[in-house]
Amino acid sequence: MKTMLAIISKALCRITGKNVGARVVVARKFADFTPQATFDIKKCDLHRLEAGPPVRAELTREQGLQFYRTMQTVRRMELKADQLYKQKIIRGFCHLYDGQEACAAGIEAAITPSDHLITAYRAHGYTYTRGVSVKQILAELTGRKGGVAKGKGGSMHMYAPHFYGGNGIVGAQVPLGAGIALACQYQGNNQVCVTLYGDGAANQGQIFETFNMAALWKLPCIFICENNQYGMGTSVERAAASTDYYKRGDFIPGLRVDGMDVLCVREAAKFAADHCRAGKGPIVMELQTYRYHGHSMSDPGVSYRTREEIQEVRSKNDPISMLKERMLSSKMASAEEFKEIDTEIRKEVDDAAQFSTSDPEPPLEDLCNHVFCSDPPLDVRGVHPWSRLKSVS
Amino acid sequence: MATSLRCFLRSGKKAVLVAGRRGFQRSAPAGVQVTVRDALNQAMDEELERDERVFLMGEEVAQYDGAYKVSRGLWKKYGDKRVIDTPISEMGFAGIAVGSAMAGLRPICEFMTFNFSMQAIDQVINSAAKTYYMSAGLQAVPIVFRGPNGASAGVAAQHSQCFAAWYAHCPGLKVVSPWNSEDAKGLLKSAIRDDNPVVFLENELMYGVPFEMTEESQSKDFTVPIGKAKIERPGNHITLVSHSRFVGHCLDAAAVLAKEGIECEVINLRTIRPMDVESIEASVMKTNHLVTVEGGWPQFGVGAEICARIMEGPAFNYLDSPVTRVTGVDIPMPYAKTLEENSLPQVKDIIFSVKKTLNV
Repeated sequence: MKTMLAIISKALCRITGKNVGARVVVARKFADFTPQATFDIKKCDLHRLEAGPPVRAELTREQGLQFYRTMQTVRRMELKADQLYKQKIIRGFCHLYDGQEACAAGIEAAITPSDHLITAYRAHGYTYTRGVSVKQILAELTGRKGGVAKGKGGSMHMYAPHFYGGNGIVGAQVPLGAGIALACQYQGNNQVCVTLYGDGAANQGQIFETFNMAALWKLPCIFICENNQYGMGTSVERAAASTDYYKRGDFIPGLRVDGMDVLCVREAAKFAADHCRAGKGPIVMELQTYRYHGHSMSDPGVSYRTREEIQEVRSKNDPISMLKERMLSSKMASAEEFKEIDTEIRKEVDDAAQFSTSDPEPPLEDLCNHVFCSDPPLDVRGVHPWSRLKSVS
Repeated sequence: MATSLRCFLRSGKKAVLVAGRRGFQRSAPAGVQVTVRDALNQAMDEELERDERVFLMGEEVAQYDGAYKVSRGLWKKYGDKRVIDTPISEMGFAGIAVGSAMAGLRPICEFMTFNFSMQAIDQVINSAAKTYYMSAGLQAVPIVFRGPNGASAGVAAQHSQCFAAWYAHCPGLKVVSPWNSEDAKGLLKSAIRDDNPVVFLENELMYGVPFEMTEESQSKDFTVPIGKAKIERPGNHITLVSHSRFVGHCLDAAAVLAKEGIECEVINLRTIRPMDVESIEASVMKTNHLVTVEGGWPQFGVGAEICARIMEGPAFNYLDSPVTRVTGVDIPMPYAKTLEENSLPQVKDIIFSVKKTLNV
């Protein structure tokens, strides 16, 4: 069919001398694809909820391609970070998100840019979905002045409007997130705060303190536990007396969601956001997901789990593959289109990596800046008494 | 100031008006007696009224009127939204306060005493103090952490620690330690208006102490700048530097020493970080002798820092003797009255140290 169209198109071009044929082919191409389809998604386990998110999810071709683009960009960006780390161009801590892309992409699709989001240190994916470019992320990882935090924050400390990082202390971001939700409630702006933490952090005391206050004050806070089965090298069974993380909010309603299915995540997050916006108070969501890399770049990730397990998830449950297969089998897009998107993303990530390795580091003059906000310049003691440095707000 | 105080006590407010320099002001008395507690209350009241993003949260701050009654009347006036009672969850509510500051509010987070702030210290340091720097200026945290600090009376070891040195160690924080009512009101207002995290160290034993406040300090826009020390009493023979309650002890010691012809210059630090070293240096270059006085422990304390800074600066060459530190005893605080009294600097200890430093 396509070859015939190509022949007709070329013929038309020769006859008319114009590029009419191309338009004909393009118009035919789009009409071939299903513009929208509905998919069955896994039912969520519910805690203290009468009803949950729908079990069927609509997906438009446009949104599907956007999901693919987002998840593939995060995937390739993380793999590039892996490469740069092994080349010792990225230093220190680097916690990669590949495998968990559906969580970030699905959540972002369910909220608006004026909503708020905060997470822990496995933050590169969310930094991207919240609006920071791959270029600015990679340059921050390589510690250059073109990084989103001018090279002063690094992997765990990237920020954007309505995105509060990137937090290094396990669990500390959870009270912060409830505080952001308090601000939303206080200002009456109908916004919500998505507050993420991992299965490891789920055992932190401050999270339970936060659950109590959020429920007491009905804060519009969506607590999301990204359960990737391992807190560093400790499996969930070895860390938690109860691994039903969606129930750990006790008096707070909860749902357990298939975190590898971007549509599941989107529907659940939408459900949760509606719950909060209706003034019903906080809600807990557990996203069952998986990370391909170890805890960080210093962890090969195979001493506490088998390679077979990792391979099994990759082949049967990969979020990007699942979306792609769904769209292909429903004729929502073509394999060529996905390939084209892949090529574009590869270029974007390569260009970003190029920038991140060639951009200069922040100048020494910047060393002491940004200690205080809105203040006149401050004297800062250097390494020895003769080193008198200056800090500008 | 001493004269007008005596006048006031003898013949009431009118005497102060006459004794004060503002004889032409007919509208209101120049000075008025205000306790530190009421000064703090006024500061919060005025700032709550001025900026609706300001709110107070902590244990018992609302319906109980504050564990030490510092927030008396505020909940009645401003309601649940602006004055929030929290459960006993320091780490949780400190984090919530910090998060709310990140998202545009201006919280005042009260710790019932700073001893309990240790539960929450990670949020103060890692979430509040460091964030503006880590984000290269993208994320400010305009928050005040306030509460009583240091020894009280008979509350024993776990409730008597001074945290000035702990918090002042950290870049990204401002640490303020008022002594009298004017300090308390002016500095708290500055702290609330400051866009940075401020640790505001009050003193429980000072809450009930009245001080005369000038008319100027009654104004709703009266603030005392953070980062500037005040010379409470000028003198030529020796410099005494202190903060919080012990400023009063220094002034008492200075009064006794004056009778013996020793004139002490008493400096009230007001702010621990950023410390106004220039004021101390200028004083030392005049008096050639320095004694620091604090309630906290000696090791790695405020006095230790002052010693180091003086040595590194121009004032070192003007010292006629090493700097003397007068501090709390290097032990956990005991309970028994005599033991407790002897665990903290008394006026006689300051007098003794001054004479030793002057070699008289």
